[in-house]
Amino acid sequence: MTDLNDLGGKISAALSGAVKAANVTYGELTLVVELSDIPRVMKSLRDSFGFTILIDVTAVDWPQRAKRFDVVYHLLSTRNNMRVRVKAETDEGAAVPTIVPLFPAANWFERETFDMYGVTFADHPDLRRLLTDYGFSGFPLRKDFPLTGYVELRYDDEQKRVVYQPVKLVQEFRDFDFMSPWEGAPYIIPGDEKATKETQK
Amino acid sequence: MSAAPVITKADIEGEDNSVTINFGPQHPAAHGVLRLVLDLDGEIVTRVDPHIGLLHRGTEKLIEHKTYLQAIGYFDRLDYVAPMNQEHAFCMAMERLIGLEVPRRGQFVRVLYCEIGRILNHLLQVTTQALDCGALTPPLWGFEEREKLMIFYERASGARMHAKYFRPGGVHQDLTPELVADIYEWTNHFPKVLDDIEGLLTNSRIFKQRNVDIGVVSRADAEAWGMSGVMLRSTGVPWDLRRSQPYEVYSELDFQIPVGKNGDNYDRYLMRVMEMRQACKIMRQCIEKMPAGPVVAENHKIVPPRRGEMKRSMEALIHHFKLYTEGFHVPAGDVYAAVEAPKGEFGVYLVADGSNRPYKCKIRAPSYAHLQAMDFICKGHMLADISAVLGSLDVVFGEVDR
Repeated sequence: MTDLNDLGGKISAALSGAVKAANVTYGELTLVVELSDIPRVMKSLRDSFGFTILIDVTAVDWPQRAKRFDVVYHLLSTRNNMRVRVKAETDEGAAVPTIVPLFPAANWFERETFDMYGVTFADHPDLRRLLTDYGFSGFPLRKDFPLTGYVELRYDDEQKRVVYQPVKLVQEFRDFDFMSPWEGAPYIIPGDEKATKETQK
Repeated sequence: MSAAPVITKADIEGEDNSVTINFGPQHPAAHGVLRLVLDLDGEIVTRVDPHIGLLHRGTEKLIEHKTYLQAIGYFDRLDYVAPMNQEHAFCMAMERLIGLEVPRRGQFVRVLYCEIGRILNHLLQVTTQALDCGALTPPLWGFEEREKLMIFYERASGARMHAKYFRPGGVHQDLTPELVADIYEWTNHFPKVLDDIEGLLTNSRIFKQRNVDIGVVSRADAEAWGMSGVMLRSTGVPWDLRRSQPYEVYSELDFQIPVGKNGDNYDRYLMRVMEMRQACKIMRQCIEKMPAGPVVAENHKIVPPRRGEMKRSMEALIHHFKLYTEGFHVPAGDVYAAVEAPKGEFGVYLVADGSNRPYKCKIRAPSYAHLQAMDFICKGHMLADISAVLGSLDVVFGEVDR
C-alpha cells in the first residue's frame, strides 16, 4: 500500500496542482482531477509513469449533486504492474476533453459513455451512439431513466415492419425497498400522516 | 432534352473501384449479431465500421435494480462461452468491498471451474476459427468435449451454461467425490483430443495460408488499443493476471503462460491450444491439492445457511429469508476487480452506496476493446481475411453488447 501512496505523491508532485486528491482505498489508487486537466494528466501518466494501457472509461451518475457525473478512467501499467483510477466531475453541459489522440482505445469507451449517460466529449473524432438502436433518444444509464424504458418494439402485420410504440406493461416493475420504519425510512407510511404531523408540533 | 449518360470503360475498370458492403448482422462468420460496414477497394478493405449493440440488453441497468445476489446471474449471460469466469470477477469485487475471505477448498473449486471455462472458450474459438477458414471437422470434435465440460458444469451447479455457481464467499455447492474423479479422468483423455485437433490444423497448408501473417498486431499497437489476454501476449508481452496479479490459489500452482512472437492469427491459435494444455494441467493440480473443508465462508450475514441447518435453526431460517428478499448490504465505496478471463482482462468496476443493490456496475469486457481495433487491424487486408481476423479476435456479443 505504501507503494501506491508513494506513487500518488509522485504523480501529484509531477503534475503541479492538477491532482486535487490522491486516495488509496481497497488497495487502489484514485486520482481526483479537474476536468480541463484530463489530457495533461493522462499524457503524463502514459509517458512518465508507464500507464500505457487504457482499461476503461465510464461515468457514474449522482443526480443529487450539482455536477452530477463522475467520469472515471482506469489505466494499467504492465511494466510496473500497477493500476490507477482517474476521476473528474462534470455535468450535462460541460464537455469532457477527449483522450482519443493519446489512447486510440478510448474511442469506443467514450462513445459508450456518451450513449449511456449523455456526457459529451469535446473533439472526439466520431461521437455517434454505439450500443443503442439507430434513432434512439434518451440516456439509459442515467438514474432518472426508467428501467423499462419509454418505447417497445412490435411487428406490425399491416405495415409489414417492426414499429416502435409506447411501452405498455401489465404490471409495473416492482421496486421493493426494505427500509424499516423504525430505522428512519425517508417517507411516511400510508395512514401515518397524522402521527407525523403531531410529532412535528 | 439531355443526352443519355454514357458509361465509359473507365467507369467500370477505372481508378474508383470502391464499394461499400454490409457484413452481417446475420452472417455465420460474424460469431453473433455483428454488422460490419466495409469499404472496399476491389477486394482490399479500406475501412471497417463495426455497428454493435444488436444484442444490447441493458445488463448494467438491470444490475442496478437487482440485489447483489440476483445480479450474479447476469454475468453468465455476458460471455456465454465461459460463464463462470465472469461471475468470478463480480464476486471478487463484492468480496473486496465486504472484506470476505474464501475458504481454501472454495478457492480450489473456483480455479478448477475457471480453467474448465478457459477450455470451453478456447475449444470454441479454435474450432470455429477453423470453420471460418473452411474446416468442418474440428468443431465436430471440439464440441464433443465442450459438451462433456458442460455436463461438469451441470453436475456442480445444476445448469449447463448459466450456472450462477460462484457466490460471494465461495461457491454455491460442494463437489461430490464422483464428480471430482470424473473431471480427473477427463483430464487424462483430453490431451489426446487436442493432439487430434492439432493434427488437423497446426500443419495444415490451407489453415496456415489463411492465418500466418494475417491480423498482425505490434506490441505498441496492442497496448494503445487496450488489448489484453491472448491478443496482448501474442505480441510478446508476458502479461497474465493469473501470474502478475494473482488471485485465489493461482500463485501456488505450477503452470506456464505461452507468449507469442509474431502477433498474428496463427500465433494466437498456437497459444490458445497451448493454454488449453496448461489449463488441463492446472485442473489436475487443483484436484490433487484440493483440501477438505467448507467451500463457502461461514459468515451468515452474507452467505445463506445450508438447507439442512434451516430445518432445525430458527436463526438460520431468518437469515435465509432476509438474504433472499432484502439481500445483504455492501459498504459504500468503489472497487475495480479484474480476472484473466479466457478472452483477456475481464473487469468489473463496482460502485456501492451501502444499500443492498449495486449503485453502478461497469463491465469491462475484453472483446469490446478487441473488436474496436477491427478497423485498425483489417485495413489493407483482403475481404476474405475479415472472417479469419474476426475469429481470431475471439469476440462474443454477449459481452460486447452487454
